[in-house]
Amino acid sequence: MSQGKLKPEELARITYQPPAKSWTDPTVEFRKGVICYGAVPETLNYLDLPHAKKWQPTDQDWKLPPDWKKIIFEGMRDRLMRFRSFKVFMDICVRCGACADKCHFYIGSGDPKNMPVLRAELLRSVYRRQFTKAGKIMGAMVGARDLDEKVLKEWFYYFYQCTECRRCSVFCPYGIDTAEITMMGRELLNLLGLSIEWINTPLANCFRTGNHLGIQPHGFKDSVEFAVDELAELTGIKVKAPINEKGHEILFVAPSADYFAQPHYFTLLGYLALFHEIGLDYTLSTFASEGGNFGLFHSNEMMKRLNAKIYSEAKRLDVKWILGGECGHMWRVLHQYMDTMNGPADFLQVPKSSLTGTVFANAASTKMVHISEFTADLIRHNKIQLDPSRNNHWNATFHDSCNPARCMGLFDEPRYVLQQVMKNFHEMPEDTIREQTFCCGSGSGLGTDENIESRMRGGLPRANAVKYVRDTKEVNLLVCMCAIDKATLPPLLEYWTPGVEVAGLHELVGNALIMKGENERLTDLRGTPITKPLENKQDAA
Amino acid sequence: MATFEHGSVKIEVDEDGFMAEPENWNQDVALALASTEGVGAMTESHWKVANYLRDYYKQFGIAPMIRKLCKETGFSLKEIYDLYPSGPAKGACKVAGLPKPTGCV
Repeated sequence: MSQGKLKPEELARITYQPPAKSWTDPTVEFRKGVICYGAVPETLNYLDLPHAKKWQPTDQDWKLPPDWKKIIFEGMRDRLMRFRSFKVFMDICVRCGACADKCHFYIGSGDPKNMPVLRAELLRSVYRRQFTKAGKIMGAMVGARDLDEKVLKEWFYYFYQCTECRRCSVFCPYGIDTAEITMMGRELLNLLGLSIEWINTPLANCFRTGNHLGIQPHGFKDSVEFAVDELAELTGIKVKAPINEKGHEILFVAPSADYFAQPHYFTLLGYLALFHEIGLDYTLSTFASEGGNFGLFHSNEMMKRLNAKIYSEAKRLDVKWILGGECGHMWRVLHQYMDTMNGPADFLQVPKSSLTGTVFANAASTKMVHISEFTADLIRHNKIQLDPSRNNHWNATFHDSCNPARCMGLFDEPRYVLQQVMKNFHEMPEDTIREQTFCCGSGSGLGTDENIESRMRGGLPRANAVKYVRDTKEVNLLVCMCAIDKATLPPLLEYWTPGVEVAGLHELVGNALIMKGENERLTDLRGTPITKPLENKQDAA
Repeated sequence: MATFEHGSVKIEVDEDGFMAEPENWNQDVALALASTEGVGAMTESHWKVANYLRDYYKQFGIAPMIRKLCKETGFSLKEIYDLYPSGPAKGACKVAGLPKPTGCV
């Protein structure tokens, strides 16, 4: 925690008393700890984005173009025409308040404008003023507001305090997708060159090298070979990890953090061990070396541009279908947008496991299968041998990463896998898991350092649920399937709930996997000695 | 973007103090940057980490995997945190003049 100035007990003193001023007052205070750095001109220029400038949100002068209001209104008009959902979401909300206390940022900050209904209202009020008869005639009487520079700054402040996790949408009786409102808000800000650096640098890197981190092909190869060597040291088995090879059955795409950061890397070892053991006919790709897509956090067009490489590479490498790794937001893009953005992928086949014969009909249109479904199917058909006692040093709970959970409904597959590869598993309280899962507080491009106070506030509900199972069930491991989670949950837990580590699902699969001809496993994939078995602590339920 | 001055060193840095022009790195720059990172003195161990990062960066244009850094230098992750309190990415990479890693890290 490099900038955790406030101690947890201080940050936890949250007041839910609304401020005296009216919600229509747009004044916000930009300060370090709550807001991200502005995008620098170099990355905007690299991405051919407009109005690049040297600028920070904390500056008084945002160097807006003279016709900025016209740009915003035309941008809104264009999007209201193109996206029926945007129009419906602007019109349909009855302000019932069902979403109000469901947002992790509201719970962690007490700021009423972090209530999803009110955050959306910041945009909706301007929509009403500009695009509805009632708003044009009656103005403030019907909750309409004029757009001015303060309102624009307020948009920036709050649309970069939403992680597009969609927990609020679960509770909305109309099914309003609040993430899409944030996406529209960010798109409008982009028209004026107002974005954040933590999103734009990965975007530029992804165009340049194929992944958010900016790893070039020879670096990718170096990292994968290093992992292959280390896996050989751990297991005695030298696996193959083909890169950019044509004619294999499957293209495997993972988030780039899996071959860069920790604890992500141990998940990579798990993938490699599993693929070897089942003899999977696959290749990795340096061009499609990123499952994630920070375009989702930027704009529809950017998401589409970045996503195109996956089908393009699948075609070039002449594979039959695509398998995807433990990335969170990637699955929102792949599962809900890819088919219509860059499909149809009619050059691919409906995914079918050559080991079990299972046809993944749920992926019939996208041709892309989530690894937890794939592995659950292998285990269900007894295709791999497992020794769950090798994970006895862990006592785990499972964090449903927002997008695989709420965008795909992947609730049971990871839990099934987890309970086959380890013995000690406990659920967090039911209103904090599955479709009601709480976000890590750092998704949608907000996982940087300068906004660390916001991140700790936003992650408080998740950390609090982890604390419950740590204190009542002695849980010492939080398992998840998302690279942003793996990067941001460790500092979150260190802050609120020390003593709980973070791991990917396939790290635990790799630990338990019995590989033919392997040496006796003396350590887990982290190199931690496998100790004597703990008592079986699995819930009776 | 700002200018960072320390003794005779004058370099352009980003908002978090990472070098804007990594090609201008030298040992004096490392010492100057180390003073911002809670690194008391640059010992042989500090240089081992910084030089390894530097060499890798020259070859690959990016920092190495954390696991690789640990293995090749012989330091555990905890030992690297002991050397560079902000950690391998934000502390050691900064002193070695590498850009800040971004994305899901």
